Amino acid sequence: MHSPAAPPPSASRLNHVAAAVRRARDSDLMYAFLRSPITVAAFLATVTFVLAAAFAPWVTPHNPFDLASLNLLDAFLPPVWEPYGDPRFLLGTDDQGRDILSTIIYGARISLFVGFASVLFAMVVGVTLGLISGYVGGWIDAVIMRIADVQLSFPAILIALLIDGVARGVLPRDVHDDLALYVLVFAIGVSGWVQYARTVRGSTMVERNKEYVQAARIIGIPPMLIMLRHVLPNVTGPVLVIATIHLAIAIITEATLSFLGVGVPPTQPSLGTLIRIGNDFLFSGEWWITVFPGIALATLVLAVNLLGDWLRDALNPKLR
Amino acid sequence: MRFGHFAAALALGVATAASAQADTTFRWAFQGDVQYVDPHSLNETFTLGTLGNIYEALSWYDRDLNLIPSLAESWENVEPTKWIFHLRQGVTFHNGNPFTADDVIFSWQRTLTEGSDMKGYGRKATAINKIDDHTIEVITPTPNPILPRDWVFMYIMDKEWSEANNTAEATNVKGGNEGNYASLHTNGTGPFKMVDRQIGVRMLLERNQDYWQDIPSNVDQVIFTPIAQDATRVAALISGDVDLVYPVPVQDWGRLEAAAGVKPLAGPEARTIFLGMDQDRDELLYSDIKGANPFQDQRVRLAFAHAIDIEAIRRKIMRTASYPTGLLIGPAINGYNAEVDSRWPLDVDRAQALMAEAGYADGFEVTMDCPNDRYVNDEAICQAVAAMLARIGVTVNLLAQTKSKYFGKVLAQADFDTSFYLLGWTPSSLDAHNPLYNLMSCRSDDTGAGLFNLGGYCNARVDELAALVEKETDPAQRQAYIDEAFQIHWDEVGHIPLHQQPLSWGVRDGIELAQRADNVLDLRNVMIVE
Repeated sequence: MHSPAAPPPSASRLNHVAAAVRRARDSDLMYAFLRSPITVAAFLATVTFVLAAAFAPWVTPHNPFDLASLNLLDAFLPPVWEPYGDPRFLLGTDDQGRDILSTIIYGARISLFVGFASVLFAMVVGVTLGLISGYVGGWIDAVIMRIADVQLSFPAILIALLIDGVARGVLPRDVHDDLALYVLVFAIGVSGWVQYARTVRGSTMVERNKEYVQAARIIGIPPMLIMLRHVLPNVTGPVLVIATIHLAIAIITEATLSFLGVGVPPTQPSLGTLIRIGNDFLFSGEWWITVFPGIALATLVLAVNLLGDWLRDALNPKLR
Repeated sequence: MRFGHFAAALALGVATAASAQADTTFRWAFQGDVQYVDPHSLNETFTLGTLGNIYEALSWYDRDLNLIPSLAESWENVEPTKWIFHLRQGVTFHNGNPFTADDVIFSWQRTLTEGSDMKGYGRKATAINKIDDHTIEVITPTPNPILPRDWVFMYIMDKEWSEANNTAEATNVKGGNEGNYASLHTNGTGPFKMVDRQIGVRMLLERNQDYWQDIPSNVDQVIFTPIAQDATRVAALISGDVDLVYPVPVQDWGRLEAAAGVKPLAGPEARTIFLGMDQDRDELLYSDIKGANPFQDQRVRLAFAHAIDIEAIRRKIMRTASYPTGLLIGPAINGYNAEVDSRWPLDVDRAQALMAEAGYADGFEVTMDCPNDRYVNDEAICQAVAAMLARIGVTVNLLAQTKSKYFGKVLAQADFDTSFYLLGWTPSSLDAHNPLYNLMSCRSDDTGAGLFNLGGYCNARVDELAALVEKETDPAQRQAYIDEAFQIHWDEVGHIPLHQQPLSWGVRDGIELAQRADNVLDLRNVMIVE
């Protein structure tokens, strides 16, 4: 917000913005993006999910977390196009009378939050350790990379399960419920930092011997600043690609953990929890309780994955 | 050529082994595991019922729940407070030790040890005297005309074996003494011996060839597997992996009827599911109200009762297969009287008014303990109750856990660590005195009364009536006492009964068995006929 005393945005500033938009529109990346209809569709799907999740309280027809608004007599209603469907519940209701559509949107909110947060966490940890490892080298590098090697030999889901299990054992039950989301973010984040660290380390080792870094070193800039100002901007491309693909993996990992019942508490169902609950009714005819959250999860993950794939190809000059 | 012979012989061998096994192995699955195989560790129908195939008591139930002699051949009530039991001769434990009066006395004493969950059984006697090796004299604290019925699940262990293995004390469900020998090993007199057990994975029983009586069963080997997931359990039955599963989720009955080779077995169970509230402490352990206990106010309890929409639970969660009730006992129990069985009608306005009157117009927060693998749709019921109570402003934090954790938290051994809970109860004696004594009497460490009165409901008149019911022999007078006690308990909303749940088993064609109303699988009655 501008304070009243500040001058109105000048024409030149508007021109700058317009120029930036033009640059983006005319860029190679935009060209490649618009030429790939699948990517555009994936982008639209992702944006729809993110917007719906972000504005869940305003876009959902019901609030599934408001217990007082639930009516058990509404339970097990089929989707609206089936016989006995109820127009209030587009995709039907679950075993407690919650609207499936609203629950999916709220569930996607939790899935996306956990996904983004754990990717951010993994990225910060991985990039930092990778930069240090690649720039400083020596025994610090050896220690960090051996830890990474050991961790790579375990499946990520196992590590996430381990961390979650330990947290459950250490934290008292009521505290754990409050912290469950953050424990999950931590668990998934820790299980995914290695890829960032390895990539960044590799790029850093290449960059640090280039002339501009050596020049910076000679004029006496401290190593910390060199890493942040000079090396980091030149290794962000691969990191962004990994982050996009990792987002899909993080969402799937969260869903897996919740499906196994060790993820988010049942009072805040994520997509994985919904699929688990619905699983009990799959064979008795109430297929919609598990199928719609399943489709939502698959669509979300596929869309994010396609975006990541495209980004990887688009940023790789060899594939142009 | 030689290889061909060898392969044929091998194939033949495998085939014979397989067919021999297929004929006589009975596989079944339940939603949870037996926590400890110690027969005095947990007074829970599934645990005791399953152990009843390995251990035996003085008396037992037949397939129709008639009382029959078991390790005692006969009994007589010689004086109002004195019983004589004539023990069966020639019975041996699985390790070959003979069964004698000393074993009975030892087992009775063991039920009174600290970790025991069977104290309520043990305290039915003040002394047991040995007359000779196969005759005992039991002194009861008050006249008790139904003692043999009260002791159906009080299993007899071998004194010599228990002492040799240092397990003279019962395993505590609260945890801490998992090393107890009897919590992992068995030595009973029953028709089956436990030969292998992996906790939470499977239990393997083998026929006791020296069993003392002829039984209908032709089963040589029994494999029990706990399968927690409802859908998986039903799928295991339909695919032929197991011969019997229970409970079958009520929503899957149609599926079992439609599938070939399997069928659902249903009927009313003698078990009542109810809600309990901590009325004993002056401040709830798990609530945002400090310095007071809302449940001590009868209006709050009544408000809860009026807020429960039992019809919705019956129709949606139990798929019309439950029997809503206002009493802690159902029609299968001796002493049930339909005339005093009425429910509080669903009335949210009145419930809100009652809450306001009690000073909780804005409601309060309370944690609810609930098992998620013990009763039919237990967790779903708790979730529904939480939603219904939200309408009168009460925020329920649901703590639904597996039954071993749940029982380890709420029972007496853990000092009733709960504020609000869901529990189910089958009177093991099938008599109204059992819930009067265990669920509705004031808690007393001396007499063992109220051991499962987890909320600490207490009314002196109900205690008095329970004592009268125990010794009254005139049926009409006894019924009058029972009715009065249940009426007081109902007026004061001591508990909130919900319903009798249905028995819900799924069984493969070609298996003949008895579905007892107490939901106990007695392998003595299981026959594989095809």
